[in-house]
Amino acid sequence: MSEILLQIDGKEVKAREGMTILEAAQSAEISIPTLCYHEKLEPYGGCRLCTVEVEIRGWTKLVAACLYPVEENLIVRTRTEKVDRIRKMILELLLAHAPDAFVLQDLAQEYGADRDRFEKEASFCIHCGLCVRYCAEVKKKYAVGFVDRGTRKEISFIPEIASKECWDCKECFPLCPTSALQAAFVLTKALFSPPLSSEPESGKQELS
Amino acid sequence: MSQINSPAELEDFRKGILSKRDPNKPCITLCSGSACHATGSGEVAKSLEEELEKQGLSAEVDIRKTGCHGFCERGPIIVIYPDEICYFQIEPDDVPEIISETIKKKKIIERLLCTDPSINEKIIRESEIPFYKHQERLVFGSNGSIDPKSIDDYLSIGGYSALSKALSGMNSGEVLQEIKKSNLRGRGGGGFPAGRKWEESRNAPDEIKYVIVNADEGDPGAYMDRSLLEGNPHSILEGLTIGAYAIGSHEGYIYVRQEYPLAVENVNLAIKKAEEYGFLGKNILGSGFDFIVKVHQGAGAFVCGESSALMTALEGRAGEPRPKYIHTAVKGLWDRPSVLNNVETWANVPLIINKGADWFTQFGTEGSKGTKIFSLVGKITNTGLVEVPMGMTLRDIIFKIGGGIPGGKRFKAVQTGGPSGGCIPEELLDLEVGFDELTKAGSMMGSGGMIVMDEDTCMVDVARYFIDFLTDESCGKCVPCREGLRQMLKILTNITVGKGTEGDIELLEELSETAKEAALCALGKSAPNPFLSTLRYFRDEYAAHIKEKRCPALSCKELIAYHIDPDKCKACMMCLRKCPAEAIDGGKKKIHVIDQEKCTKCGTCFEVCPSKFDAVTKISGEPVPSPIPEEKRIIIKKSKKNE
Repeated sequence: MSEILLQIDGKEVKAREGMTILEAAQSAEISIPTLCYHEKLEPYGGCRLCTVEVEIRGWTKLVAACLYPVEENLIVRTRTEKVDRIRKMILELLLAHAPDAFVLQDLAQEYGADRDRFEKEASFCIHCGLCVRYCAEVKKKYAVGFVDRGTRKEISFIPEIASKECWDCKECFPLCPTSALQAAFVLTKALFSPPLSSEPESGKQELS
Repeated sequence: MSQINSPAELEDFRKGILSKRDPNKPCITLCSGSACHATGSGEVAKSLEEELEKQGLSAEVDIRKTGCHGFCERGPIIVIYPDEICYFQIEPDDVPEIISETIKKKKIIERLLCTDPSINEKIIRESEIPFYKHQERLVFGSNGSIDPKSIDDYLSIGGYSALSKALSGMNSGEVLQEIKKSNLRGRGGGGFPAGRKWEESRNAPDEIKYVIVNADEGDPGAYMDRSLLEGNPHSILEGLTIGAYAIGSHEGYIYVRQEYPLAVENVNLAIKKAEEYGFLGKNILGSGFDFIVKVHQGAGAFVCGESSALMTALEGRAGEPRPKYIHTAVKGLWDRPSVLNNVETWANVPLIINKGADWFTQFGTEGSKGTKIFSLVGKITNTGLVEVPMGMTLRDIIFKIGGGIPGGKRFKAVQTGGPSGGCIPEELLDLEVGFDELTKAGSMMGSGGMIVMDEDTCMVDVARYFIDFLTDESCGKCVPCREGLRQMLKILTNITVGKGTEGDIELLEELSETAKEAALCALGKSAPNPFLSTLRYFRDEYAAHIKEKRCPALSCKELIAYHIDPDKCKACMMCLRKCPAEAIDGGKKKIHVIDQEKCTKCGTCFEVCPSKFDAVTKISGEPVPSPIPEEKRIIIKKSKKNE
């Protein structure tokens, strides 16, 4: 693969063709914040927190760093005033749902986001889709998915699959940036009748 | 039916069809599009058949059930050929007279004709009616003259001759060049040059390529693609096949909304017939070119009109957009090069190939060539579908063709481009419609929706309505759209119910910036437009709602009150009887008073108060005058002698 030379925040960065801006930045130890990115998963582009400014032939635009493929002579700016303002807004919008999530709080501090800007609607889930995609792409079990769309969209375990697969796995739990996933699982367990059949004793204790 | 295997065979076959048709034989065409169907064209068709039978004319008169003629306000529409006599709003009871008078005696039935309001004269011929006269119906015109279920009808008007010309006389590169030269821009939303899209796909190295018809029309009030697909499905198939030939694709998809049953039925039938005749399938017209088309029904998600979401849905997954940093023309459906164009765009293709790019480019403006079909709805006299050359002014479309605003009301704004378009105010009525012109004005062409609004429309409420629509239709994948719209809707709703606060406009602007700059797809990026364009032209209305708690259009329920002017009330009891909330106090010879506590602001009193009294008024932004004391409510009539 051919080598591509680009510039990120004034620094010359060497990247390989097919890499994204985020990957190139990571390789040069330039930090770009993310919420829905995971190295084992296909880029999703849902949280938009990795929004950066790019300049190509004098034109500037904002793009998602986790998706945008590097190209020769690309100029990337990761912390312009506008980029910071947009990240701040994204964080404020998400803090309405998960005001106590540590990940969001740390980022809020960095970007001066106001935890209380919007009325709280604590649903905890910020729809990063990490659990859904990890279960589908890595585990290939499809035990958790999104239901409905838009503002009504939420994550949900599919009881028939979850009752068979989830007790011995739970690999998605630590991925969840707001612990909403665990709550959803507990809820599913509570609602699922008859009780999750293959549930081992140890699992019960762990979650109760 | 044996297959047609060459261009020569096609022309022979066409001659055969035409030789059997006598142009002087009376033919009654009846609009059977969805709108006319809803107003009873099915029953009219039945009675036409029965009446012809009864009067012994079945063999001498043809009936043709056509697609939408466009003038939906006046449907069901009948046009009688060869004289082109046009009758409006036909009911089954009119049919015997039409047959006995117009068909038998060649007599015109005055009362069924259209009246030209400007000269107050009856008009006989369809093409002379002002609604049609100012149009340029290149794409939509055939709708009224063919039965969409008959491939022979399509062939009789020259159908599939463009395909034949492309396959036999042009190589695929020449077809592409012709489309590029025509400067045809996508009619579905963005206005991207079709030729450039085709070229990108053609040049992509992948062997397997797809062509797709986007028939997931979802804008409120828009139905031009529906009417084309219902009324002239073969023209879209022909365009699609030509496109496939140009880029080297052998498989096409039509993604059509499930909510369009007639379109689904007609396009499926058209595919079946085209396969039988050899216009689809293997070795089309003996050219060696193979192409098949499949129909996919959408499950009713607005976002699936976005190309990448549509492709995701075609793949069998939830219709969510995906990033297009690499164009779908290169990496689209199943990651293969895919050319997606909207129904109207494809329908333009056979015209361009048949008549040439030079012919096509004489219509329109520098940046926008050809014509555009608009769906003219809202507060407009002539509701319907209109096709005009690009560059016609909004004023001409709305007043010359649309007949202006009904009820003597004043024009306020026209919303173009669908939910994520914008509102254009009166001072820009002389704007020439075109892709770039509309974008510059803060709106967009979109797929051609045009919702006309009069003085009674509150622009803040319009913004709230469209943001509500988009909140409902957002796929929810990305934060700026899902969460941004959620908050925008809350703020706009608050403003319309009198809970707006200082700083709301600035916060809405900030949310708009985030969506516009950082959302994943075009739907999210354009979602703030309803707010931004209304703010741009009607900022004072926002200010009135927020600062004075006043709705200047007297439309927002929470901000208005109804009041009966005691000097005008004649105690006629109309409003008192009709008020569903029993909120009106009064009686015979006793001035009526509205109990503001009980009033639900349904507006019934306002509507039923006789116009000669005009006693009920709407008030906003000021306190309701306190009711007059009981003793002053009695009306003492003057004696009859004095009158």
